[in-house]
Amino acid sequence: MNAPPSVLSHSLSPAEFTQLDALKRGDERAFVQLVAQYQGSMVRIAQMYVRDRITAEEVAQEAWLGVLRGLDGFEGRSSLKTWIFTIVSNLAKTRGKRDKRTVPFSFFENYDQDTDEPAVAADRFRPADAEWAFHWATPPQAWDIDPVGQALNRELRTYLDAAVDALPEQQRAVLTLRDIQGWSSEEVCNALGIAETNQRVLLHRARSKVRRALEQYLQET
Amino acid sequence: MTDNELTCKELVELVTDYFENALPEAERARFEAHLAMCDGCDTYVQQMRETIALVGALREDDVPLDAQESLLQVFRDWRGSGF
Repeated sequence: MNAPPSVLSHSLSPAEFTQLDALKRGDERAFVQLVAQYQGSMVRIAQMYVRDRITAEEVAQEAWLGVLRGLDGFEGRSSLKTWIFTIVSNLAKTRGKRDKRTVPFSFFENYDQDTDEPAVAADRFRPADAEWAFHWATPPQAWDIDPVGQALNRELRTYLDAAVDALPEQQRAVLTLRDIQGWSSEEVCNALGIAETNQRVLLHRARSKVRRALEQYLQET
Repeated sequence: MTDNELTCKELVELVTDYFENALPEAERARFEAHLAMCDGCDTYVQQMRETIALVGALREDDVPLDAQESLLQVFRDWRGSGF
């Protein structure tokens, strides 16, 4: 071990501490595991700032090198994953600027000026002048799936991937970190530099859109 | 129906706040009262839970082979450089 656990452990989970230790020893399996854990999300995060997926993949690769080179200086003041995602988003921001991608200054703050984005299409509800105004006109039908008990079949997985990829960048980033990586809202707010309420709005819009896509898919099949 | 009750259209916009425990107590009570008597919204909330579970299953994303190989190369170069 390079440092006693007492120095490093306050922000690292025991699993991360083990991972970090293995990485520092040059353990290839530990690296492969880390890549499997984070690479997909790193590319999605990088895509917020750069112009296309290829560039995002380059940025992610550059970030991994940064991670490896920074291992010895990493003091565990944040969790390993937070540190990794800070590296990738910083690199992506720099790359985005260099490539002069036009990102509005208030990138994350202008969500409320967006056009209204209802979770459900307005025509699914009864009109304002009807009896039971704004209650369901076409209520959702229960889905015949067992998301917990069964692995995603390939077709549904491909469809779901496409639905997530089709989200606006900020929404995709928040959904990826919260629902795919399982981060807490606090971790997401810190990593992306956004306010709690903003994070919730983005998450809500993202989840609502994916639900809509799933509804469409499940009705067709 | 009284003015105090949520409409379905309002409820679907509060689902994430509900899941995140971000609703004030009174609003939470209105939400749950509506849910108890509305099958459509009950189904809707269930679908949102299922959506979250399904998206969560994307976690075991396979890293494309070429990406994995070039990252391994990065790792080996780094290790070979004596860190």
